[in-house]
Amino acid sequence: MIAEAGLAALWFAAALALLQLVLAAMGVRATRAPAEAGAQAPEDGARDSWTPAFAGERGVADQLLAAVRPVAVVQGALAVLAMGLLIALFLRSDMSVLLVAQNSHTAKPWLYKFAGAWGNHEGSMLLWVTILGAAGAAVALLEKRLPPATLIATLGAQAAIALGFYAFLLFSSNPFARLLPAPADGNGLNPLLQDPGLAFHPPTLYAGYVGLSVAFSFAVGAMVTRDVGPAFARAMRPWVLGAWIFLTLGITAGSYWAYYELGWGGWWFWDPVENASLMPWLAATALLHSVTVLATRDGLRAWTVMLAVVAFSMSMVGTFLVRSGVLTSVHAFALDPTRGEFILALLTLYIGGALALFALRVGTIRAGATFEPVSREGALVINNLLLSVILAVVLIGTLYPIVAAGMGVQLSVGAPFFDKTAGPIALALVAVMAAGPLIRWRRDRAGAVARRVAVPGIVTVAVLGIVLVAVPGIRVLPLLGLGFAAGLAVASVAPLWGRALGRTPLFTWGMVIAHLGIAVSLAGMACDSAFTKETLVAARVGEPHRVGPFSVTLEGIRPVVGDNWSALEAKLVARRGEGAPFVLRPQSRFFSAPPTVTSESAIATRLDGQLYTVLGQADDQGRWQLRLWWKPFVTLIWLGGALIALGGLLSLLGRLVREGRVARREEEA
Amino acid sequence: MKAKHQRLVLVLLALVAVLGASGLALSALKDQAAFFYAPGDVARDGLPLGKHVRLGGMVEKGSIARQADGVSIAFVVTDGVAKVPVRFRGVVPDLFKEDSGVVAEGQFQSDGSFVADNLLAKHDEKYMPPQVAGAMHETKSLEP
Repeated sequence: MIAEAGLAALWFAAALALLQLVLAAMGVRATRAPAEAGAQAPEDGARDSWTPAFAGERGVADQLLAAVRPVAVVQGALAVLAMGLLIALFLRSDMSVLLVAQNSHTAKPWLYKFAGAWGNHEGSMLLWVTILGAAGAAVALLEKRLPPATLIATLGAQAAIALGFYAFLLFSSNPFARLLPAPADGNGLNPLLQDPGLAFHPPTLYAGYVGLSVAFSFAVGAMVTRDVGPAFARAMRPWVLGAWIFLTLGITAGSYWAYYELGWGGWWFWDPVENASLMPWLAATALLHSVTVLATRDGLRAWTVMLAVVAFSMSMVGTFLVRSGVLTSVHAFALDPTRGEFILALLTLYIGGALALFALRVGTIRAGATFEPVSREGALVINNLLLSVILAVVLIGTLYPIVAAGMGVQLSVGAPFFDKTAGPIALALVAVMAAGPLIRWRRDRAGAVARRVAVPGIVTVAVLGIVLVAVPGIRVLPLLGLGFAAGLAVASVAPLWGRALGRTPLFTWGMVIAHLGIAVSLAGMACDSAFTKETLVAARVGEPHRVGPFSVTLEGIRPVVGDNWSALEAKLVARRGEGAPFVLRPQSRFFSAPPTVTSESAIATRLDGQLYTVLGQADDQGRWQLRLWWKPFVTLIWLGGALIALGGLLSLLGRLVREGRVARREEEA
Repeated sequence: MKAKHQRLVLVLLALVAVLGASGLALSALKDQAAFFYAPGDVARDGLPLGKHVRLGGMVEKGSIARQADGVSIAFVVTDGVAKVPVRFRGVVPDLFKEDSGVVAEGQFQSDGSFVADNLLAKHDEKYMPPQVAGAMHETKSLEP
């Protein structure tokens, strides 16, 4: 019955999404006539919020809004319920459900039964839709600042997206389909996914991915009611920040997961699926900054709306790439062309629709305030341009092999391409990022800015010089990475200089910490790329091998057994100089359902880096292949990612506190 | 500067930036894209020397030879049309085995052999790199 209840919940949710869309359309119609009059009226200044022109219709809009809000909330709750029921089916190992039988196994640990609910195509799409519904419900519940007409249009856009993806689930990817007769055991989950990372990485990443739908809907809503201005930007900013925090965490977690699980010692592979998560992040990062320009200085109106559309479009492109089966990777569960066509159709519909609306309305989005080239907003424009350029490069590199395959040419685009193209632009971006917060809003003097960036500049040059002397033969990109990271670290804390730290607003702390996080992460990437030591040996028992400052000895191999796997486990004793020895136990695991061998690396974390060990195969002379890495400061990469997300969180809290205070003051006044 | 002019300048700037990036990306693609070859392609069209490419096919039965250092192997990749000897130093993927699909990343040598710096094999019993599947589909003879 659980499966039927889940399916019913999905159908109800889809019906409510349709109702929500219809109500929203009525709301937009009811408020349109005065809105048009308002847009044509020769009033001056930014039409930030509810203008007198709307006042007569306020009653209708409020009434419809009162109807739309609960519909959106119930729709979201039903989607969450459906996801909960699917998880229940996985936890109970109900093999009469096709999805469970195909992707789970009775002998699997409970955590992977739980997280396995989204370790497959249908389940992960249900999770996607669930987060979409929940995001819509959250907007309906929490959004108080948007004018009613815009909020109605926003919820309508959210419903339109949800409707398409409910249709996708119900017509081509039903997660609740039955399988009769039910098999005893099930096929099991891809062992590469059987890791605690599965419980954390997909939900966080999806919360970010799909959270961007809110920015998209806000943009559509504001375009429909012609209401793009600072108030709109202030209302949208927390939602963008929230999605961006999750996206940052999801990417960071995914990177660390790939690092330790795949056993290749790499933390980013420029795999199309990774790029699919990076592209929305780049767009969201640009949006985050442009929305601040719009909120603070009423500039970049059309651009911000455009970016909001682009950011969620990138999420949908990513979903298409991953879920359509055009790529084969550990992420691509389905190889069914009809599903790919379905997602492609949805993608075309939503992106095309939003862009068409943009083209129609861009003329009515009046130009905002102009600004000086040497100003904070000027720096943010350059930030946005560079982020867009990186986005374009990554998009081209990711789509090119697919286009080429369509023309019968097989090729792959990998790290060499992205390093050569995105790398230099990213370094330029770092330079702008260092200077930006040191430039004043509105207008600043070039000489004064030059004095403020002098110290970070000198630090950069000094570090470049020291590294060049200390590490002869270092490659250009890691060298520049180290120098720029040092300069950025100094520059990013500079805005705190001379301030009373206790009275510095939280969002300033947020900016400082997020920018510092980029510097920390960049330093980690540069160190990993410049200083990693690798040793590949066929080791005999008792024979020590050197890697970096460590000596590693294979002490023995023994068989071990887990819940649903058996493994050969090496006992490695590592020692740094004369320090205390410690043990690492890398494994080569064999899973029976489905039959697969995986390498489980063993990693020892030290303050200054990680010792990473992988066990390979035995040869006929009784030697075992060992792959050992010493990766100095590699942990900084993910520490930086966590700092970036923390900065986002502080910023979000700071904005909410500040704007809550302003709103209270306005009410009192 | 008037608002209209500033807008125009910004739009032009954005256009130039994105076009520049696209140009940069497309020119870099020419050099950096790793093209895919099957042994038969190489036999027919000649060796793509000095480029980082992918070679895909089946590992010929009985061809895997471990080298004395314990970490290098040599094997032969075939697509039923031609054969290419491959050398590789490193830990081979878990499901790398004879009579099974493989994609080797690396460079052709002037003697017609291939030095791989990375091997991609099947992830599990079901998964096969699409390029291997594609190459084998073309030659038919090795349809699994």
